[in-house]
Amino acid sequence: MEPRIGVYICHCGSNIAGSVDVEQVTEFARGLDSVVVARNYKYMCSDPGQNLIKEDIENFGLNRVIVAACSPQMHESTFRRVCEEAGLNRYLFQMANIREHCSWVTENNGRATEKAKALVNAAVRRVLYHEPLEIKEIPVNPNTLVVGGGIAGIQAALEIADSEHKVYLVEREPSIGGHMIQLDKTFPTLDCSACILTPKMSSVGSHPFIELMSYSEVAEVSGFVGNFKVKVKKKARYVDEEKCTGCGVCQEKCPWKVDNEFEVGMGKRKAIYTPFPQAVPNIPVIDREHCAYFLKGTCRACEKLCEAGAINFDQVDEFVEIEVGSIIVATGFDAFDPSVITQYGYGRYDNVITALQFERLCSAAGPTGGNITLKDGSTPQSVAIIHCVGSRDQNYHEYCSRVCCMYALKYSHLIKEKTKAEVYQMYIDMRCFGKGYEEFYDRLSEEGINFIRGKVAQITDQAINEEEEGKLIVVGEDTLLGSVIRVPVDMVILCIALEARSDAEEVARLFSLSRSPDGFFLERHPKLDPVATMADGIFIVGCCQAPKDIPDTVAQASAAAARVLAMISKGKIEIEAAIAVIDEEQCSGCRICNALCPFNAIAFDEEKKVSRINEALCKGCGICVAACPSAVISGKHFTTEQIMAEIEGLLV
Amino acid sequence: MVVTPFKEAVDTTVEAGGEALRLCYQCGLCTGTCPWNLVTSFMLRKLIHKAQLGLVDFEDEEVWRCVGCKLCVQRCPRGVAVTDIMRALRRVVMEVGAGIVPHSLRLSVKNVSGVGNPLGEPPEKRTDWAKDLGVKTFTKGTEILYFPCCYQAYDSSAKRVARAAVNILKKADVDFGILDGNEVCCGESMRKAGTESMFQNLVQTNINAFAEAGVKKIVVTSPHCYHTFTDEYPEFGGNFEVVHFIPYLAGLIKEGRLKLTKELDKKVTYHDSCCLGRYAGIYDEPRQVLEIIPGLELVEMQDTHECALCCGGCAGRLWMETKKGERFSDLRIEQAIETGVSILAIACPYCLLNFEDSLLTTDKGDIIQVKDIAELVQEAI
Repeated sequence: MEPRIGVYICHCGSNIAGSVDVEQVTEFARGLDSVVVARNYKYMCSDPGQNLIKEDIENFGLNRVIVAACSPQMHESTFRRVCEEAGLNRYLFQMANIREHCSWVTENNGRATEKAKALVNAAVRRVLYHEPLEIKEIPVNPNTLVVGGGIAGIQAALEIADSEHKVYLVEREPSIGGHMIQLDKTFPTLDCSACILTPKMSSVGSHPFIELMSYSEVAEVSGFVGNFKVKVKKKARYVDEEKCTGCGVCQEKCPWKVDNEFEVGMGKRKAIYTPFPQAVPNIPVIDREHCAYFLKGTCRACEKLCEAGAINFDQVDEFVEIEVGSIIVATGFDAFDPSVITQYGYGRYDNVITALQFERLCSAAGPTGGNITLKDGSTPQSVAIIHCVGSRDQNYHEYCSRVCCMYALKYSHLIKEKTKAEVYQMYIDMRCFGKGYEEFYDRLSEEGINFIRGKVAQITDQAINEEEEGKLIVVGEDTLLGSVIRVPVDMVILCIALEARSDAEEVARLFSLSRSPDGFFLERHPKLDPVATMADGIFIVGCCQAPKDIPDTVAQASAAAARVLAMISKGKIEIEAAIAVIDEEQCSGCRICNALCPFNAIAFDEEKKVSRINEALCKGCGICVAACPSAVISGKHFTTEQIMAEIEGLLV
Repeated sequence: MVVTPFKEAVDTTVEAGGEALRLCYQCGLCTGTCPWNLVTSFMLRKLIHKAQLGLVDFEDEEVWRCVGCKLCVQRCPRGVAVTDIMRALRRVVMEVGAGIVPHSLRLSVKNVSGVGNPLGEPPEKRTDWAKDLGVKTFTKGTEILYFPCCYQAYDSSAKRVARAAVNILKKADVDFGILDGNEVCCGESMRKAGTESMFQNLVQTNINAFAEAGVKKIVVTSPHCYHTFTDEYPEFGGNFEVVHFIPYLAGLIKEGRLKLTKELDKKVTYHDSCCLGRYAGIYDEPRQVLEIIPGLELVEMQDTHECALCCGGCAGRLWMETKKGERFSDLRIEQAIETGVSILAIACPYCLLNFEDSLLTTDKGDIIQVKDIAELVQEAI
């Protein structure tokens, strides 16, 4: 079929027309081979602009369309749709970027016009080689995997399960709850954290559409959007989940005490334990590293006392295969270890504690029953709260951890309420940005907190006068005073950074996620696609994406649930047609492409000894095309002819 | 310099009424707003931070800087009553004995505490200003008590305002009287200077004098008296209806009880005093009264209404020496002269004293005159 091309030059108001002579470019386009019609218009993306194209396709029998306008990132999808609505395959459309690549960056108007002509010429040459591509659809598995059982994962799982679609919730700890269940109160409303979280946790535990896989980890992910296959490792609990009644006798009677992770080292637990009383599921696990039976082969007290006969020392790790259509990753954060900042003396001074430890001190269920006490059991008379420990610091983490200012204010309130101690906030900037947060700051100011602006330089026990004897002295500049200030206190709380999980790299590899320079998982677009990732069908929510507070986390989790439900409800997804294809007849089976593919889209067919590309996984990036030593892989819509013609068009 | 927060000092300041300092988040808007920075450097924000940490140097004159003009209070994004903090700091000096009281202030305080007025005049002469005016002494049943400020009662220049007020009230047939000399200074500026217990004594004396005479409604010609009678006396049991003379005047004119007939062919500008403006929110009535005077042309200065520049006399500054070159009243006179007027109208005795002093020391008396609105009205009836 003889090519019949329509070329449309957009003014974009004065964005393009201000420096490119659009009339001249239009005239130039009219003179090009196969161009049947060329026009310019103020805003091609407007409804009248779109209709112009549709009418021309019909009236002139166009079979190729070029729009010279902004970046294809902006409006390629708009004009592809316009072509399809007029009966033209979307791949017979080409966009020439004469705004970002031309009018905005070229100062001389004459040269801008010449460059626009060259770009239009290149598009015309290229589009001659375009072929219609078939757009395929694949069905979506309506099951969803949620990885991580903190507030993010809980929220996402419940949102989806409430629509009566199956959710597998995988949590590696013995119970769901995440960091939120460790917190005492939540800012700015001072709600009890456990009180607002446990109802959600128990909903998860009993939900008919949620299969909770606690003490489990994702071991392998294969497949593609709509059709993932996931292998989950269920770690041996040494307790039969079916038989256990959760009576708690085993934990009570176990004679072996271990530092309690849940209490951040401040309390003890047994070798068989549930991490906290409201655990979901309420089934203990045996910590094999501390259990006397596993260490020495004796004891078995729990087994003897368990009336249900649920203890099973012979249990082994088990692998379960599940199939899901989408995956929500909600793996959370690690708390920064402040002992590397040696000048703060964490680990050296008993009463320098982390924020998470303070949360446990405040909690009525914590190691002190909710009393804020020093290591020796006495009540502090003065407390310093140090902001930005490990955050906003090139030496550790450049980013702001976003929650510390607010929880630091919350601590002030709790300290004032429970001890009447003098409280010093040592801050760099107060960042109270959320709804009700500034008001909370305002309210706390009224409670008589001392705010000292400046990054703390040192915490020391070296007194220089009588008043400082026996105290921890917080030293820094009060930048508002312009003086070095020494504040003697009894307790120092370090507001530690939220950082990416130590195993984030492995998890990223497992789910084909990218990470931003701060180590957190990278979203597809920071503003317009914040929960999706470059891996289709895989979403990230909560603090695994970046530090955030509970309201933001819950909002993200709900957003991801909406995205998943949209896919389930549609039931099928379109896959990109501009992908790579291997000419199997000529493939030598060298497998060079297999390892290079960033999307794990190429598999080797052992029988035929050739590589094969999974259409649903391929993103058309072109790495394999360039790498193939036999040059038998071609990228659809990016064929050698198309690219060479485009280059020629630019150079002529 | 290395410092350590001094909690006891903070507690003392807070107990003295400086609770507002807790709210300050150190944005510095007050420093940027404070008129002192037109003439010298005064880091108000920093002073408040020192107060927050108990590190104020009470021997430094900065404790005495604030003129209480409320320009910063009006704009503070955290609603910090800076004037309350300043009052508290001064109380610490005055009543706890930390730091130094400026000599000239000490003298005025002594006068008030001794004879009930800052000028040190004998109480029995308090009503001398009205001797030849035939004003009756307030008795039970008299509708209105007219209460002039100490300066309007004693000061040779300022008493002309009280006399004008009386003439106007008589012309309008108002049933009014004055007290027989049992009253004392209202104490407004004394309180801001830090003499809290003396202030409370003054309040009790006045409340008793008012109650004894059976006073229900008071008309005052000083916005300082107006502010304290309205905003501070009720806390101590003084509940009277209080009206400033200017709005009262506006009411008399509106009701037709007073007619302004005589032409006053003058160009006039009006200075909003802090106590009548930012403290009481009275901006319109003084202008309404001036504009009713036949022939009078009213023009505005650069800083007016809520943004008006203080004369420098509030919060006890009237009694403290301000160096030449640092006097707000000199700047304000300049602003008035720039408008091309021959009269600067005011409605506050402190403004009157400060501006007249400026005219003398800057030798501008032949360019511009300072007159209370009451005087201008008197000329027009």
